[in-house]
Amino acid sequence: MRQLLPFYALLGLAGLAPLWLGDYGAGLLLGMTSAAILATAWAMFSGPTRYVSLATVAFYGIGAYVVAALAESQPWPVVLLAAAGCGGLVALVVGLSTLRLAGIYFVIFSFGLAELIRQLLTWYEVNVTGTLGRYIFTEFQPRDLLWQLLVLLAVTLTLSVWIHRSRLGLALRVIGDDETVAAHAGINLARSKLTLFVISSVLISLTGAIQSPRWVYIEPSIVFNPTVSFTAVIMALLGGANRIWGPILGAVPLYLAFEFLSAHFPDHFSILLGLLFILVVFALPNGVLAALERLRLRKGAGV
Amino acid sequence: MIGFTRRAAMGLLGGVAISALSLGPGMAQAPEPVRIGYVASKSGPAAAGAGITTIPNYELWAKDVNAAGGLKLPDGSQRPVELISYDDRSSAEDAVRAVERLASQDKVDFILPPWGTGFNLAIAPLMDRLGYPHLAVTSMTDKAPDFAKRWKKSFWMLGGGHDYAGALAQTVAKAQAEGKVNGKVAVISVADGFGIDLISAARPIFKEQGLELVYDQSYPMGTTDFAAIIEEVKSSGADSFVAFSYPPETFALAKQARTVAFNPKIFFTGVGTPFPNYPGIVEGRQEGVMSVGGVDGNSEKIAAYFKRHAEVVGTPPDSWASAITYASLEMLAQAVSRVGLDREAVAGELASGSFDTVIGEVKLEDNQLRQLWLVGQWQGDKFVGVAPADRTGAMAPVIPKPAW
Amino acid sequence: MLSSTLILGLVLGGSYALVAVGMTLQYGIARIMNLAYGEFIILAAFATYLLFGSLGISPIVALLIIPVIAFGLGVALFQVMMRPLVTRAGGSGRLEVDSILATFGLLFVLQGVMLLAFGGNYTSYGFLDQGVNVLGTTLAANRLLAFALSIGLAGGLFALLQFSRWGLALRAVALAPGSAALVGLNMRRIAALGFGLGTALAAAGGVTVSMFQTFSAHDGVLFTMKALVIVIMGGVGNVLGALVSGLLLGLMETAVARWVDPGLTLAATYILFLAVLLWRPEGLFGKAAGR
Repeated sequence: MRQLLPFYALLGLAGLAPLWLGDYGAGLLLGMTSAAILATAWAMFSGPTRYVSLATVAFYGIGAYVVAALAESQPWPVVLLAAAGCGGLVALVVGLSTLRLAGIYFVIFSFGLAELIRQLLTWYEVNVTGTLGRYIFTEFQPRDLLWQLLVLLAVTLTLSVWIHRSRLGLALRVIGDDETVAAHAGINLARSKLTLFVISSVLISLTGAIQSPRWVYIEPSIVFNPTVSFTAVIMALLGGANRIWGPILGAVPLYLAFEFLSAHFPDHFSILLGLLFILVVFALPNGVLAALERLRLRKGAGV
Repeated sequence: MIGFTRRAAMGLLGGVAISALSLGPGMAQAPEPVRIGYVASKSGPAAAGAGITTIPNYELWAKDVNAAGGLKLPDGSQRPVELISYDDRSSAEDAVRAVERLASQDKVDFILPPWGTGFNLAIAPLMDRLGYPHLAVTSMTDKAPDFAKRWKKSFWMLGGGHDYAGALAQTVAKAQAEGKVNGKVAVISVADGFGIDLISAARPIFKEQGLELVYDQSYPMGTTDFAAIIEEVKSSGADSFVAFSYPPETFALAKQARTVAFNPKIFFTGVGTPFPNYPGIVEGRQEGVMSVGGVDGNSEKIAAYFKRHAEVVGTPPDSWASAITYASLEMLAQAVSRVGLDREAVAGELASGSFDTVIGEVKLEDNQLRQLWLVGQWQGDKFVGVAPADRTGAMAPVIPKPAW
Repeated sequence: MLSSTLILGLVLGGSYALVAVGMTLQYGIARIMNLAYGEFIILAAFATYLLFGSLGISPIVALLIIPVIAFGLGVALFQVMMRPLVTRAGGSGRLEVDSILATFGLLFVLQGVMLLAFGGNYTSYGFLDQGVNVLGTTLAANRLLAFALSIGLAGGLFALLQFSRWGLALRAVALAPGSAALVGLNMRRIAALGFGLGTALAAAGGVTVSMFQTFSAHDGVLFTMKALVIVIMGGVGNVLGALVSGLLLGLMETAVARWVDPGLTLAATYILFLAVLLWRPEGLFGKAAGR
């Protein structure tokens, strides 16, 4: 865990940033931290097992909705616990599907599940509560939310490192390489996959929960926006989903690129972003981290 | 480059003009522009709404102001307007951050709001904390009075579900009293903010007016086929049909109603009905179709505004929130001309002053615009206001609607 | 009542199947998971609208022209953008990830271009909205056309794949991309043809759908997702599977709207989809055990 110490220090420093960065800087850091957690948590399960999940936004939205339902009546820690609990429970059910499905079938299955949850929630709100939008009024300033997210990022990374080194991580990598071999090697496929999927989903639910007070008003189309799922996948793949630092190294530059492009080219954002993706696929085939390593190797050889 | 709209071309030209303004060495003598920022959805699912109602009016207004020499200040001097815009990509988080950026990085003088209830609510606390007046035009909410109290510098200009449902119920009840309809109403509503607000307001109000809801169902956003629903409605015995719908469904309903010759005496559909492309979609058979909103068909100012909008943007505006959006900007300009650029003072003036706009003389009540057209109807090639019936310029509704 | 629900459901399902058949070809033959698929549908819809609105060319004529252009576009796109990825992947699973990323980028580019060119407005026009009486149920002529087209195209493709030499080659590539090359098949050409054919089908779907459905520059994703669900449910690469699952989804939606609650139509279609997958993890007609 020692390799994480400088990182904790960096996160601590980021926590001080709002003191001199102002609202915009704090907001930017907040969004970036959230993106980093989502990408890392996604990669925690999908990296080693190669199950590409598009259900990220389902858990993110569940977190936000739990906050909207409970924030006014319960103390904040209880709200967060409830969000984690709900996310974990749904993850358990979704995770069971990984026992039967694989490859592209799982990808679209997870997407369908996220949409189904959104549809059912909408139906419930319309027919039972009679409203769709919910309001979240809390006392949190952006910097309070940023601090919570930074702690969550630290937790996420610590977990990620721990899993990577544990028996569980090894088991998952074997599963990703060949499920049949894994089963023969005595790995309990179901338990390993489920455990990890639940952990990853709980982290995602917490991210949605912590971030939601920023929006004041939520409705299914806002918090179940499928773009969230896609961005998490893209960021993690860009950085390298199989490495601990990969997702963060994908999330940070991509997030900044989103911000830069939408600030400077608001009318051409989509086109430039698309070109950037295509460029990345062709120029950095194995992700940013692999490219960096190759660069270092080449330098090393040159000296 | 075939098909590039006038608006896209205008956007390009506008960009060039602004950079020339800020970079041109010969412009050193020109007064410094007033910087006005806005964030709106230029991409993503909300882009269609913002692209029809919000963005074209912002651009048109800036162009009009600059053509007239710029914003007037209390001392009689004039300063041009410079628009700075960001895309929230239809995400509430990005809308919030763009407002933070406009305030702390660009240090703009005023911030114009995004399109849509959700986005306006997302930025409302921030606008309040940063001290910017918030002219929330495209937010239909019954909670406007609470919000105006919670955020003192916020202004709510589109009314709430109760206003629209109430006026609709009165219109139908009046037709029933005159023996034009049988008082049985079939209602469908989209399972999203707009539909739910309206239907939950409508249920008790329709009952109060002695109308019977014989069919009342919601449908999910993104529904493309209404054949089954229309069949059900036809056999329900209702001769008034109401749909609290969004544009894609509004258009689909009109097309499918024509196909099966579904001709209820009142045909009321939601957002999209007052759009300028509606007559084209129903091949000119729009006569008598009702919806929310409307404009004063006799107002010369409105006619001139429609004409200018068509010239500059390429299409006429929609007949619900567009004119109100433009009016909110006129209010801002007039407030600035009276009290200057101090945001606190401008907010005070917006709350208490009275303004001369395209929608007539406007004075807000408790930070809300209450002079609204609540029910409108296509009559000829205009979508005119028919309720509240006692408002100046109100037309008598055409009931029963002629067959498609 | 039962018969009208059946008819309305089948017709709706036909329009779903119509937009999905092309994607199943693209994935089945060219192995490209094309996330920009829906953008081609929208492009074709806008093209039809322009031809009809400004030049007065009937959408029926457009239905003959636009798919041909789209075919060329698809082949060119494959050669320029996809081929390097196919070569790089060398038959490994990497192509899936790479193609998802690259076509995701393409999606944004096309969407951005369409937003600039046409704005974000909802677009719709009236054409063939007349009612046609089928067994006592009135249907819009344009929807009936979509239904006929989907049955015709899917049936024709099925026959082509099943009985022609060319179809045999396509199927060989789809089933065993590794060994197809061994028997002397020009893999790249076949993949390019498959991708082009898929694009042409997407365009045909776009032209037809634009006659009855409102569309806007950012709606491509909706079509892509609907098509993906249908393709996966039918079994990847299986034309008949796509047709059957499209029809099933349409029937489900109409039946639920009629007898249960219109608010649950989409939820019901997703439940059907998820249930089918849990029952048959490779889709209704999927047979290969591979991924």
